[in-house]
Amino acid sequence: MAKKAEEKGFTPTGVVYKSTKLPKPTSKTHDKLGLKKKDLLNLYDSMYRQRRFEERAAQMYQKGKFGGFLHLYIGQEAISTGVVHALNDDDDLITAYRDHGFALARGATSDECMAELFGKATGISNGKGGSMHYFKLEKHFWGGHAIVGAHIPLAAGLAFANKYNDSDRVAVCFFGDGAVDQGALNETFNMAQLWKLPVIFVVENNGYSMGTAVERHSAGDLHKRGDAYGMKNDIVNGMDVFTIIEKFQEVAKDVRKNQEPWFLEIRTYRYRGHSMSDPGNYRTKDELEEFKQSDPIERLKTYVLDKKLVKQEELDEINKKIDKEVLDAIDFAEESDFPEPEALFQHVYVEDDFPFVK
Amino acid sequence: MAELQFREALRAAMVEEMRRDESVFIMGEEVAEYDGAYKVTQGMLEEFGFKRVIDTPISELGFSGIGVGAAMNGLRPIVEFMTFNFAVVGIDQIINNAAKLRYMSGGQIKIPIVFRGPNASAGQLGATHSVAFEALYGHVPGLKVVYPSEPGDAKGLLKTSIRDDNPVIFLESEQMYGLKGDVPDDDDYTIPFGVAKIKREGSDVTIVAHGKMYHVAQQAAKELAKDGIEAEIIDPRTIKPFDMKTVIESVKKTNRCVIVDETHPFCGIASEVGFQLQRDAFDYLDAPVQRVTVPDVPAPFAKNLFDLWLPGPKQVIEAVNAVTYRS
Repeated sequence: MAKKAEEKGFTPTGVVYKSTKLPKPTSKTHDKLGLKKKDLLNLYDSMYRQRRFEERAAQMYQKGKFGGFLHLYIGQEAISTGVVHALNDDDDLITAYRDHGFALARGATSDECMAELFGKATGISNGKGGSMHYFKLEKHFWGGHAIVGAHIPLAAGLAFANKYNDSDRVAVCFFGDGAVDQGALNETFNMAQLWKLPVIFVVENNGYSMGTAVERHSAGDLHKRGDAYGMKNDIVNGMDVFTIIEKFQEVAKDVRKNQEPWFLEIRTYRYRGHSMSDPGNYRTKDELEEFKQSDPIERLKTYVLDKKLVKQEELDEINKKIDKEVLDAIDFAEESDFPEPEALFQHVYVEDDFPFVK
Repeated sequence: MAELQFREALRAAMVEEMRRDESVFIMGEEVAEYDGAYKVTQGMLEEFGFKRVIDTPISELGFSGIGVGAAMNGLRPIVEFMTFNFAVVGIDQIINNAAKLRYMSGGQIKIPIVFRGPNASAGQLGATHSVAFEALYGHVPGLKVVYPSEPGDAKGLLKTSIRDDNPVIFLESEQMYGLKGDVPDDDDYTIPFGVAKIKREGSDVTIVAHGKMYHVAQQAAKELAKDGIEAEIIDPRTIKPFDMKTVIESVKKTNRCVIVDETHPFCGIASEVGFQLQRDAFDYLDAPVQRVTVPDVPAPFAKNLFDLWLPGPKQVIEAVNAVTYRS
C-alpha cells in the first residue's frame, strides 16, 4: 500500500528496488584458490543436488504429500557449498530454518532429508523435526532452528565448548537478515567478543525478512553491527562460490589462530517466496530476474565450460545422477514408515522410562 | 554429617561435582569475582579459576543460550540466575531450546545443564521480583524441576541435577540461604528425582508442601498438634517428576489433604495435585481437597498487602480446619 504524502508513519514504506547490492566477486581463478577439477565437479554436484532436491520438494508439497512449512534455499546454494568446502569436516555448522541446503552440503543424504519432510521415521531427525529442524550431529551439523535468532547463542555455546576443551574446531552460525534485529544476536556478539570465542557469525542477507525489505527492518548496514563490539566484519558476494571459498578460508584461518569471532554479511538472494504461501508482492519481477542472471550454479557452469575445464557431458552426467537420486529419495520417503506410536514419548528425556503425567 | 547453611550445602554439591568432572563449570552474574550475589559460589573462583567460574554480563538470554550450546557440545554447565525472575529474559532458550532440541533432533542432542537460582518471593521486592516459577517450568515437557526445602535435600538433589543428562531447573530461595540443617559429607550423596519425603508423620490430614512453603506447613502443624490434630507433611522435593504415589498412600491413611503452594492458583502445582487426587484417590477422600496459594494477583509492595498475599501458617490451619470440618 502506498503511503500518502501527509500520512504519519514509522516503518519506512514502499516496495524497494534492489534490496541487496552485491559486492564484487573475487577475481581469483580456481587455480589460485587451489581448486582442482575434482573440486569443481564436487561444488557443482553439491549445488545442483540442493537445487534439484528443493525443486522436487516444492512439487511434493504442492501435491499435498506432506504438511508443515517449507522454506526454500534456492538461489543461495553458493554459500552452503562454499562454506562446507572451505571448512574442516569437524567444524560446527548451525543455521536457521532454511536448512535443507546446509544439511545436503554437509553430507546428509537426499533420502533422509526427503523422508524428514514426509515425517517418516527414516528422516534425518527421525520425523520429529520436519523441514525446519534437520539435525546431523555426526556431520557436525547442529540444525535447523526456527525461532529467529535463538540459535545464535547456541553457536557461541558450541564455540565456548570447543575453546574450553582446547579443540581447534570453529563454529559457524548462519541466520537471515531478520535475525540481526533480535536481542539474542546483540547479547551474543557482546559475549563472543568479550570471551574471544572461535565463532563465525554469518548473516545471509537475502534482502528480505519474510516480506520486509532489509532497509525497512534494519537501521544501517548489517555488517557494521560488528563494529559496535569491535568484531571483525566484512561484506561478501554470496552468488559466487569462489568468493565464498576464498573468504571462509581466510576467516576460518584467522578465527582458528586468533580465537576471536568474525561477523560476515553475505549478500545473496532467494528466488522463491519466504515460504510456500508467499505471493512475493513486496518485490519486483525485475529484481528477481536480475538476480537470476547471477545464479550461482549457472555461474560455475559457465566458468568451467568457458575455461574448458569440464565437458558439458560431465555436467550432464551429474545432473542425470542427481535427478535420479532425488526421484529415488521421493520413493524412499513415500515407502518409509511413519514413526511408531511409541515414538511420541521417546527423546523427550534421555531416559526412556520417565514417568510422564497422564 | 555436618550442619551447614543451605547456601553451603549448594556450594558443597557444586564443588564436589566440579572436582569430580572437569566438564562441569558455572557461569552467571557475579558468580566469580564478587563471590556470588548470595554467596552461594563463595570461594569457587579461588579453587577452580576463571575458566570454570565465569562472570557474565547482564544478558540472561545470551548466557542461557551459550550454556545450552555448550551442553550440546559436551560440557555440563551450571547457569546461575541471580533470581528466576530474571530468567524470564532468557526463557526462550530454556523453553524452546533446552527443553525441545533433543525431541526435535530425534534424540541426537543431549543437554545436560542445570539452571539454578532463587525463586519465588523474598519479602517486599515488588511484583517482578516475587514470582514462583515451578508451575510454569513444570508445564514444559523436556525439563525437570527441583525445589528443595532443606540443606540436606539441596545438596543431594543438586548433585543429582548436575549428573543428570537432561536440562534441570533447580529452584532455591533467598530467604532459605541462611537456613541450617544436617548435610551428609559423602561425595556421592545423591537423591533420586521423583521421590517425596514424609517429613512429619500424622494420621489426621496430609499436607503437601514444597520449597519455602514446607516451612510454613511445619509451623502450622506445630500449632495444630496443640489442638490434637496430627498432620502428615509430605515434601515432594521435585516438582517434575512429581511423586504422587507417596501423596496418595498418605491420603489413603488420612483421608484429607491440603496442598500448600506459593504459585498462583490457576494452573498451579496445587491444581495438578488436586486433580490427580480426585481421579486416583476419590474413594479415600472424606472432604474436598483444599489448597493454600498466593492469590491470583501480582505481589504487592506495601507490608500489610504483602502479608495478606503470602500464605502463612494461619491460612494452612484454616484449610486443615476446613478438610477436618472443624470450622
